[in-house]
Amino acid sequence: MLAFLIKRTANAIFVMLAVAFLAFVIFRFFGDPVEMMVNEQATQADRAELRERLGLNDGFLTQYARFVTNAAQGDFGISYRNQQDVMVLLKERFPATFELVLVATVISLVVGIPLGVVTAVHRNSRLANMLQISSIIGISLPSFVVGIMLILLFSVSLGWLPAFGRGDTVNIGWWSTGLLTPSGRMALILPGIALSIFQITMVMRLVRAEMLETLRTDYVKFARARGIPAARVHWRHALRNCLMPVITLTGMQIGNLIAFALVTETVFQWPGMGMLFIQAVTFVDIPVMAAYLMLVSLIFVVLNTIVDFTYAWVDPRLRDDTARAGGANG
Amino acid sequence: MNLRKILFASAALAALAGAAHAENLLKWGANRDIGSLDPYSYGDSFTINVLNHVYEGLVRYNRDLKIEPALATSWEILDDKITWRFKLREGVKFHNGNPFTADDVVASLTRVSDPASPLKGNLPAYVSSKVVDDHTVDITLNGTYPLLLNDLTNIHIFDKEWMTEHDALKPTDIGANVEGYATYNANGTGPFSVVSRQPDAKTVFARNPDWWDTPQHNLDGFELLPVNSAATRVAALLSGEISFTNDAPVQDLPRLEAAPNVNVLEGVDLRTVMVGFPFRDKLSTGADNPFGNVKVREALYKAIDLELIHKKVMRGKSRIAGATVAPAIPGYVPELDELPKYDPEAAKAMLAEAGVPEGLEFELNCLSDGLVNEEQFCQAIASMWARIGLKPKLDVAPRAVQTPKRTGGTTDIYILGWATLPMLDAYSPLLQIFHTKEGNSGVFNWGGWSFPELDKLVQAAGSELDTAKRLALETEALGIVKKEHIMVPLHQQPMAWAVTDAVSEMPLFPDNKPRLWFARMK
Amino acid sequence: MEKTLSAPAMAEPARPSRLARIRQSDLWYSFRSHRSAVIAAALLALIVVTAFLAPLITPQNPYDLASLELWNAEIPPIWNAEGQWPFILGTDTQGRDILSAILYGSRISLIIGFASVVLALIVGLALGLIAGFFGGWADNVIMRFGDVLLSMPFILIAILISAIATASLPTGLKDILAAPILIVAIAVPSWVQYARTVRASAMVESRKEYVQAARLIRVKAWRIMLHHILPNCMTPIMVAATLNFGLAILSEATLSFLGVGMPPDQPSLGTLIRIGNQYLFSGLWWIVVFPSIQLCLIVLSVNMIGDWLRDALNPKLR
Repeated sequence: MLAFLIKRTANAIFVMLAVAFLAFVIFRFFGDPVEMMVNEQATQADRAELRERLGLNDGFLTQYARFVTNAAQGDFGISYRNQQDVMVLLKERFPATFELVLVATVISLVVGIPLGVVTAVHRNSRLANMLQISSIIGISLPSFVVGIMLILLFSVSLGWLPAFGRGDTVNIGWWSTGLLTPSGRMALILPGIALSIFQITMVMRLVRAEMLETLRTDYVKFARARGIPAARVHWRHALRNCLMPVITLTGMQIGNLIAFALVTETVFQWPGMGMLFIQAVTFVDIPVMAAYLMLVSLIFVVLNTIVDFTYAWVDPRLRDDTARAGGANG
Repeated sequence: MNLRKILFASAALAALAGAAHAENLLKWGANRDIGSLDPYSYGDSFTINVLNHVYEGLVRYNRDLKIEPALATSWEILDDKITWRFKLREGVKFHNGNPFTADDVVASLTRVSDPASPLKGNLPAYVSSKVVDDHTVDITLNGTYPLLLNDLTNIHIFDKEWMTEHDALKPTDIGANVEGYATYNANGTGPFSVVSRQPDAKTVFARNPDWWDTPQHNLDGFELLPVNSAATRVAALLSGEISFTNDAPVQDLPRLEAAPNVNVLEGVDLRTVMVGFPFRDKLSTGADNPFGNVKVREALYKAIDLELIHKKVMRGKSRIAGATVAPAIPGYVPELDELPKYDPEAAKAMLAEAGVPEGLEFELNCLSDGLVNEEQFCQAIASMWARIGLKPKLDVAPRAVQTPKRTGGTTDIYILGWATLPMLDAYSPLLQIFHTKEGNSGVFNWGGWSFPELDKLVQAAGSELDTAKRLALETEALGIVKKEHIMVPLHQQPMAWAVTDAVSEMPLFPDNKPRLWFARMK
Repeated sequence: MEKTLSAPAMAEPARPSRLARIRQSDLWYSFRSHRSAVIAAALLALIVVTAFLAPLITPQNPYDLASLELWNAEIPPIWNAEGQWPFILGTDTQGRDILSAILYGSRISLIIGFASVVLALIVGLALGLIAGFFGGWADNVIMRFGDVLLSMPFILIAILISAIATASLPTGLKDILAAPILIVAIAVPSWVQYARTVRASAMVESRKEYVQAARLIRVKAWRIMLHHILPNCMTPIMVAATLNFGLAILSEATLSFLGVGMPPDQPSLGTLIRIGNQYLFSGLWWIVVFPSIQLCLIVLSVNMIGDWLRDALNPKLR
């Protein structure tokens, strides 16, 4: 077990170093940082001096090492556009994105699990077929189209829910939350739904597949034969067996949801990290782009590693399985 | 902090947030965020406009856009003709309680004229300043100069003590890799103070109870909420999530006018939208540049159907322009406003005559976050030019991406809007755009042209203290701009603000700058 | 030599024609009896045909600036009182015919989606085969690189590649390369999935006796890979590729919607939706609604087919 832990951790560190390398290459070679920083009137001497001061004349490896050291301490420099510390910018935006992802995850579980159970239990019924087809529609609808339609319907036509932003937020330390104010909660509903549509269908399909397997096991057949009511067997005993993969999937998907939130955030003008990133992209604000890439990858890698650990802890056979299936293309 | 304390604190904060609704809190939905809280580190007129609620200049514009005393109460030109003496207002306090003195003025002028300041071009004649006594300052210029007061309306005064304390005496140097304190914090003398700022999300301003002037507004504060998407801005206004926008999309005005809870304020902006040509030897493609030839520039001008753009893209809300400054700007005369005749056939013939090859490729550089419907009228112009046999390549991107290409001369034809701000005089475009690029002149001469005759007129106007004579010189110079088609004007753009019925008064200014210290809510 | 090797697969007597074989296959039966798959396939065929015949059947080439006439801007669909022939679905704010723009836009979306899947397939299969067959350091390098790619969210990689490529190109080249950049941007994060599948299969196969034997008699490595290993893993690969086709079209649309995809003068469906989104409240609903519907229909039909294919080829669900 210890060897496995060390191996997985080393792997995670290697991946992060590689991501840092990519971020560094982007940072260093696309768009000359000096040209981005100086104003129009700067002379050639000013530029040369700045180049020296930033250490851009050092060797490649030295610069990479410095980038990694700084990044590990959360120092990504100053945003070209806002002239603010990149890490502070990301830290300010993180709560907005996290709460959005959290709400989307909760919605996907609350809606997805029951739908999955129903489609599995009543397999081939009209209801189940309809749900199966709507789940295909669910993964086929682009999330920005869903967002636009939700705004049209609930904000413009019905006027029930806000069309943009987070509403009022409350600060708890550095964390700003919208969960404690009525307007903040209202503002979470539409973007939460838009972000969760895809995830709902994934949870639903996974639960369905797992349930179908479980329903075939002797254990369930036996329970039924003993006269335990069907509903109880399905919702208590069978479902419990499917929850582990669902939790795993949810954990691994959080990274993807954070990334996909950038689309939702753009549609709803949600002041999270994703919107910061998209604006950085249009303004070629490289330090913000590099930092966002590193941060999201870090979350991704950490979650995946935790999932690996959990699995290995639950099922020792997996400890030496090297060809683990990855799930980034959801 | 234990959990109970946190919960208690958050409940108290939630109560505070709830209480805010009862006040007169104006929610301003803008199409973009301000770049910084430091007006001297981010030279951009919207940022300066918003920060003008916090910081003030020595003089300011009143409701009729006439200059009136602000932090200075009176001024005179000394005998040497190049030194101006300002008497400062007494008893003014900064938001942090520090008194306002002559030291603050000198420190602020030094800061804004620092070589690293992107705003130094807004104070072109400035040489030095010195403290005479606690409430008197002398400003020395590089010559006789009539427009100092106009310039000073937008030079914000900082607190020297505060800047010293936070190491902000110089404008933010992004190369130093540290944040400037003033980027995140503000301390002015204005009618509002900054409560909090979250870039791209929300900046909160509160009324300054100790303002030296009697407030005409009745706001307790306002929030600046950047909402980039035009459609979202409209939705937010209709649902009352914002109570004011200074950029109501022209295509949505009918819808907004029809809404029972929204009032639209319309006018024509002073900003003249112009097409600029490159005068360098080569185009960005490496081909020979034909636009140095005035006949070619004229041909391209004739090929633009101004009427059609006015009607379809600007929805009849713009004012078609023949002159490069708006009628309200001193220096304008109606003779300059003669419109060209739209004639694509003649344009085609003129191009052939000038030897411009069929299918000539060049870039048309436009902003996605610039003028009203800029992306759309750029597309329209590109297709009009395509019809006279040219191959314009449309390049649309945000200002921050396009500006380096424009200043560096790596693009070809570009669009520029100029409102003559902050001085509101034809001298502004003449000096900053049409003059040859040298020193503080021709900073926006991106095409790289040089007309010595025009330069002479501009320099003469720049030291002429007699207003009538000065304006005659400016008019003559504008005549050269028109004759040579250095830049060709398209229109003065429409300006549309919208407020919900919670707002009872919001004066619309022709420079398109909201001044919320005149706003009132019900 | 190769004859004998491939014998087991080839030795069926009296082979019926290819068409007949397809007709008799289980797959065809399953397809015929699956109503939604048939409808989806018909719909997709219709979309593909109209998209590729676009230059012949549309009244306007929406990519030719000289053909746009501002006078025709903002005409509503034909069934509206103010509608005008030939603008069946109306025009946008530049006088661009929406139907023409949709068909041309679908063509771009389909091409980019298809090409990126093919590119990812080629790269993924090649690298997966090499990794699985040769093992050792090649395997290590390829799969480690794959791990790194998989540790970054798909959409993020695509946006970064597209944004950086566009930002560092001059305007002239940007127009020409917009589509190839998107193809690469979408293919880069998706080849790993194929590579992993093929690699696993290659590792198993290359230990089998007939491969060892072939190696002994010096059959070229690429021949073994192509003729024996690849066919063994084509089923899961084809299912994944079909589903990824839908995903690729969605990704392209998302990138264009975010403004890092196709430029406004060569709009794909995503670009059209981005432009139309500005006019959501202006009464010009047709600019955004029709492209959105077309995009949803394309992705939906591809996913229906992919879904059916997965069930049909999955022995567990038979």
